[in-house]
Amino acid sequence: MKVAIFSTCVVDLLFPNVGQAMVEVLERLGCETSLPTNQVCCGQPTYNSGYHKESNKVFYNEIDALLSTDADYIVGPAGSCVAMLRQYPHILKDNPDYSKKAQELADKSYEFSQFVYNILGVVDAGAQLNAVATYHRSCHMTRLLGEKTAPFALLDNVKDLKMVPLPHLENCCGFGGTFSVKEPEISKQMVDEKVDSIISTGAQVLISADASCLMNIGGRFSRRNENIKIMHIAEVLNHNVDASRIRYKNQPTTV
Amino acid sequence: MTISTSDKPFLTRVKESENDHFMQQSVAKAQDAQWDKRTAAREELGNWEQWRDLGEQIRQHVIKYLPDYLEQFSDNVEKKGGHVFFAQTDEQAVNYIKKIAKEKKAHRIVKSKSMVTTEINLDKALLSLPETSLMETDLAEFILQEDNWDEPTHIVFPTLHKNRDQIQKVFNKLGYSGSNDPEEMAKFARKYLREYFMQADLGITGCNFAIADNGMINLVTNEGNADLTMAIPKTQIVVMGMERIVPSLKEAEVLDNMLSRSAVGQKLTSYCSFSGPQVSGESDGPTDFHVVILDNGRSNALGTDFEPVLQCIRCGACLNVCPIYRHIGGHGYGSIYPGPIGAVLSPVLDGYEKFGDLPFASSLCAACTETCPVRIPLHQLLIKHRKVMMDKLKMDHSFNNVLMKGAGVATSSPILFKIALEGAHMGSAPLSKSKETSVDNLFNYGHIEKAPSLASGWTDVRDLARPPKHSDDFRSWYKKHKKEQQEGASHD
Ligand code: SF4
Repeated sequence: MKVAIFSTCVVDLLFPNVGQAMVEVLERLGCETSLPTNQVCCGQPTYNSGYHKESNKVFYNEIDALLSTDADYIVGPAGSCVAMLRQYPHILKDNPDYSKKAQELADKSYEFSQFVYNILGVVDAGAQLNAVATYHRSCHMTRLLGEKTAPFALLDNVKDLKMVPLPHLENCCGFGGTFSVKEPEISKQMVDEKVDSIISTGAQVLISADASCLMNIGGRFSRRNENIKIMHIAEVLNHNVDASRIRYKNQPTTV
Repeated sequence: MTISTSDKPFLTRVKESENDHFMQQSVAKAQDAQWDKRTAAREELGNWEQWRDLGEQIRQHVIKYLPDYLEQFSDNVEKKGGHVFFAQTDEQAVNYIKKIAKEKKAHRIVKSKSMVTTEINLDKALLSLPETSLMETDLAEFILQEDNWDEPTHIVFPTLHKNRDQIQKVFNKLGYSGSNDPEEMAKFARKYLREYFMQADLGITGCNFAIADNGMINLVTNEGNADLTMAIPKTQIVVMGMERIVPSLKEAEVLDNMLSRSAVGQKLTSYCSFSGPQVSGESDGPTDFHVVILDNGRSNALGTDFEPVLQCIRCGACLNVCPIYRHIGGHGYGSIYPGPIGAVLSPVLDGYEKFGDLPFASSLCAACTETCPVRIPLHQLLIKHRKVMMDKLKMDHSFNNVLMKGAGVATSSPILFKIALEGAHMGSAPLSKSKETSVDNLFNYGHIEKAPSLASGWTDVRDLARPPKHSDDFRSWYKKHKKEQQEGASHD
């Protein structure tokens, strides 16, 4: 199966560890990867701020770049950015040049954990992590992409990992793209409540499927001088892997 | 137009809310309790998503044929002997109601909860009439009135920002000497209000739904005060937003069910009444019945991207799930319509000059869109407002326009992005700290505590990860990785 990596600008600029983990997991599970070099950004920063004219060019570039390979699927390490790709057909529905391509792109784009769980059918990626962790559910992944199951199901099967539920899972962490820089006064209160909730779980590790939320919450932990380890779900699924333990849906467990 | 509740700038209001710990705690508590109640009530109904489809269809249909339904409704009211007045503006509505009050020589007015009358500032206008008393009979509105006309902070729970001690103090002024027990206080209020009801000569209510095919008014309350407001005074005035209409009882029933589950997490609010003018043979109900149908900016939405906002049934669920509302509360919005619906509706009714800040005060988490019983795409409408302000009106919204446009250019250009990737690490050197951080695996290449320009909002609150050297970034790793794979393959 051929997979084009939708790296996202945040991972490209700041978090090589996330992109690397995602590629390693996907290749271990039998995917042949490629990285379209002309991709830049999904366009949320300008689009969500109201600069729609400027955003169109960003969309065109991203569509052309991500469709430039013969990949069957396009997979990215961020629920929010993938949800944006899925909105392209709606935004560009009256665009004669791009409406069709936008649909093609949306149809084959998946967030990483969603792809592993729903498309590859993996339930246990064979990973091991000796830690107590909690999971932050990103708003866009949950509500716009509609993926509520995959990350939890995959994390449940990581060996030695104890997952503790996060209170107020439903509340936004206060990132919101440009919101976090434009409305720091409100954003701070939101992220503080999130940090408090995470601390209340006693978890040592905070996991999420969106690098941007992690960057926001982790950045606030650091400013408040509170201890936490930040891991993207791809890093967790790539940790201490015993390939013989990899298990697929509908596959009987060996006793 | 008086939907505005404050003259202070947005940021000042936000800061005031931040210091109002009591308000924040009470909003959070109410949100959490409502979350459970609402979810349970919707689950009990079953097939909630299909109900939402139905709710959306009904409301969209009505808005599409609004002039026809309004005409049908108004014909039916008049057929039964009632009067209908279409008010383009708040002023027209207020003048009409004042005129009726004068004609009827009404001096004792009772009201039941209505956001529309708050919108047109009706209470104060009526109180300016000679020898007139006016009493809000909804418990929460009564408290606001007696607390020197404090502004509501929620469309369903207007006194969400007050605690029971504060309410007790308000009641003490009225001669109450009991405890701060909510039940005891409610009993006192009921007794206090009863006297006003008995002598009332003019009743004013809002309207949840106006039934087009029979001219009836559907009111949903959980105190029963609206029923008394409608039953006792001989003159009755209903004030409604022009969008608040349904084709028939059948649709009203569907929406009432969804409304009460969404608004208060109950199966059905205790009272659900349909009223109209007294017809011969009935012993109670008004003899003189007026309906004031208000536009007041609503038609600004018709035929635009914002038309879906007219689907709203004012359940308040979007406020109850909103993380922004959770922190800045109703007063933070500065509009009698706060929360997500308020952030969408207020600029439609009263313009961007006054309410342009609200659409930006959202992280676009879409909790509102997810909960709205009639599927209004609230977070998308917030983006649409931003678009109108930035693309069309070219308003200055404390974004650095040049930088944001630059961001548009940079994020559409692979070459510029490549340059950014190559220079990011070095470029950020003067800002970076080598100081220890308490956070593991986020700042593998250092961090930034104070960034300039656009990013300063970020570093006001949190540390920023420093970009890796170009040779350590993801794209460089991937290139090496592929090369190794190919070399590995050629060795096999
Ligand atoms: S927008 Fe939707 S959720 Fe909000 S008050 Fe209106 S109907 Fe309720």
